[in-house]
Amino acid sequence: MATVKYERPEALLDVPFHYCPGCTHGITHRLIAECLDELLMTGQTIAVASVGCSVMAYDYFACDVVQAPHGRAPAVATGIRRARPDRFVFTYQGDGDLAAIGTAEIIHAATRGENITVFFINNAIYGMTGGQMAPTTLEGQVTQTTPWGRDPAVAGNPIKVCELLATLDGPAFIARVAVDHANQIRQVKATIKKALQCQLERRGFALVELLSTCPTNWKMSPAEAMRWVQEHMRQQYPVGVFVDHLSENRHIFQDRSAGDQPASGQPLPDAADLTAKAAVYTTKE
Amino acid sequence: MEERVLMKGNEALAEAAIRAGCRCYFGYPITPQTEIAAYMARYMPKAGGSFVQAESEVAAANMVLGAAATGTLAMTSSSSPGISLKSEALSYIAASDLPALIVNVMRAGPGLGGIQPSQGDYWQATRAAGHGDFHQLVLAPASVQEMADFAALAFSLAFRWRMPAMILADGTLGQMMEPLRLPARQTSNLSDHASQHPELNWALTGTENQRPHRIVNSLVLNPAALEASVFDRFARYRQVQEQEARWTYEGPENPDILVVCYGSVSRIYKQAIQAADREPGPRAGLFRPQTLWPFPSAALAAKAERCKKILVPELSMGQFCDDVRLATAKLQKPVALACRAGGQVPAPGEALQRLRQTWACWIQDHEQEEVYYGDRQI
Repeated sequence: MATVKYERPEALLDVPFHYCPGCTHGITHRLIAECLDELLMTGQTIAVASVGCSVMAYDYFACDVVQAPHGRAPAVATGIRRARPDRFVFTYQGDGDLAAIGTAEIIHAATRGENITVFFINNAIYGMTGGQMAPTTLEGQVTQTTPWGRDPAVAGNPIKVCELLATLDGPAFIARVAVDHANQIRQVKATIKKALQCQLERRGFALVELLSTCPTNWKMSPAEAMRWVQEHMRQQYPVGVFVDHLSENRHIFQDRSAGDQPASGQPLPDAADLTAKAAVYTTKE
Repeated sequence: MEERVLMKGNEALAEAAIRAGCRCYFGYPITPQTEIAAYMARYMPKAGGSFVQAESEVAAANMVLGAAATGTLAMTSSSSPGISLKSEALSYIAASDLPALIVNVMRAGPGLGGIQPSQGDYWQATRAAGHGDFHQLVLAPASVQEMADFAALAFSLAFRWRMPAMILADGTLGQMMEPLRLPARQTSNLSDHASQHPELNWALTGTENQRPHRIVNSLVLNPAALEASVFDRFARYRQVQEQEARWTYEGPENPDILVVCYGSVSRIYKQAIQAADREPGPRAGLFRPQTLWPFPSAALAAKAERCKKILVPELSMGQFCDDVRLATAKLQKPVALACRAGGQVPAPGEALQRLRQTWACWIQDHEQEEVYYGDRQI
């Protein structure tokens, strides 16, 4: 007798994604949906879709969804959460949305400790408008608006959102993961689940940054795009847990030097493995 | 039960909004409306609601968008420069067919301008509250009593027509104290307002895995579908224009001069007209729109038909006069416009002087139109 090994999570509707081949939005949507299913949250959840490629997430998730103006998802989520404290709210935002036009909204939602979960998709580029420089674009990265590569003297430096928000007292959970290899899926999913659990337990603001790909605007094949995350984005944006009030356990995931293939099945290091890099983050008492 | 109290306009509005069932207030400090936020901070939690001092006007208005999407009575308030920042969310609220209350206690502009009363945001409120084809309801109180009464009215109209409603007050109305009767309290439970009202079948309440998901959205990439949704919305606006225009008229059936104005200016001209009635000369009537959108065009035209001349005093540079001219264009009555700006408010003596001047002009030349910048005829 055949057993079902793999099926669509109930939190996703039976609608084909419009995302480009090799784009990691699809993987991330699925992992969020799996977590919503497992935590039995879908029926009580109101999602906030934001401006960017993922705006049409409202057609994909089976929960109620509101579409927010560019950058304002954390404010819209605040309004929902304050109006209906008995509901769960997550936002799904890109780097331009969250770290440029919506910088004030994310910082203040975080510092208020709003009981919301934020999924922050960092692919270092504006995807929907055709590949312009994002606040998280790497130094030297060529985009439509940095045709000779991002020059910090002219175009500023990339923003490290997790590190920035970890200086605040409001957040309960902040972590960065990379959707850049099959062996990362469990870690990514566990992190997403933890961020949602934070809200279930009413611990306050949780954010997961997901290092993601944009093969179309990076002008790479899907495989090259994955490698680019591994070799370049991870150097600028180390993956790890920056704030964790659930387990009081902060660490950065196992560091790897440029060019390394990701090690398989990395265990989550415990608090004793805190590196000097993580030690600079504000300690939560 | 009604209560008779003495309150500031801003506070009366805030208390009345809570009594009307408003359970979410999001705001940001700006003179001369800050008493609304301060009152809400103190009393909204006691009513079981939520008060948030937002990081910006932009965020406050977007918090209203989120709360409104759940079917909750939500509001924000600000003064002119802050309203410009709210215009983004206003456009999204209108495009998402959500009810919400926005209060503008106008101050003088443009730019940072000043903090004294003005009506300089008339065009913004009635013509261009944000980008794109949409309207909002605009209510114009002229007393502390109306500041309170229009809070409940604005919510009820906003929910009936599923569109944002703005109370367009000014610094005078916000800051002055008057006795008023507070409306009775509506019972409203924050967390289940939408479930108590089955007609709110658009509200995002969570599917409870019992119904298909709902989407509150303003993105329509298909031009034909977007056009259809705009056409539908404007068909609804036509109904609003037919059914919801409100105004008051005080004066003789056939006035010599029809004074048309709104808000705090109407109080000054009311006093001037009473003074004019005690002496020989023209008889004047006062037509005061209570709704600026929809504009009471038909009612105004009917009154204007019976007058000899129209006088439009306003605390702006002819913005409101545009609508008076549009409503009365076919009648070809001469219109005199009396402008004040910068936070300057005419004294009753100045208003009486305008009445006399404009009548003297009419006697000289039945066709002549005048424009006054303060005391200076230009």
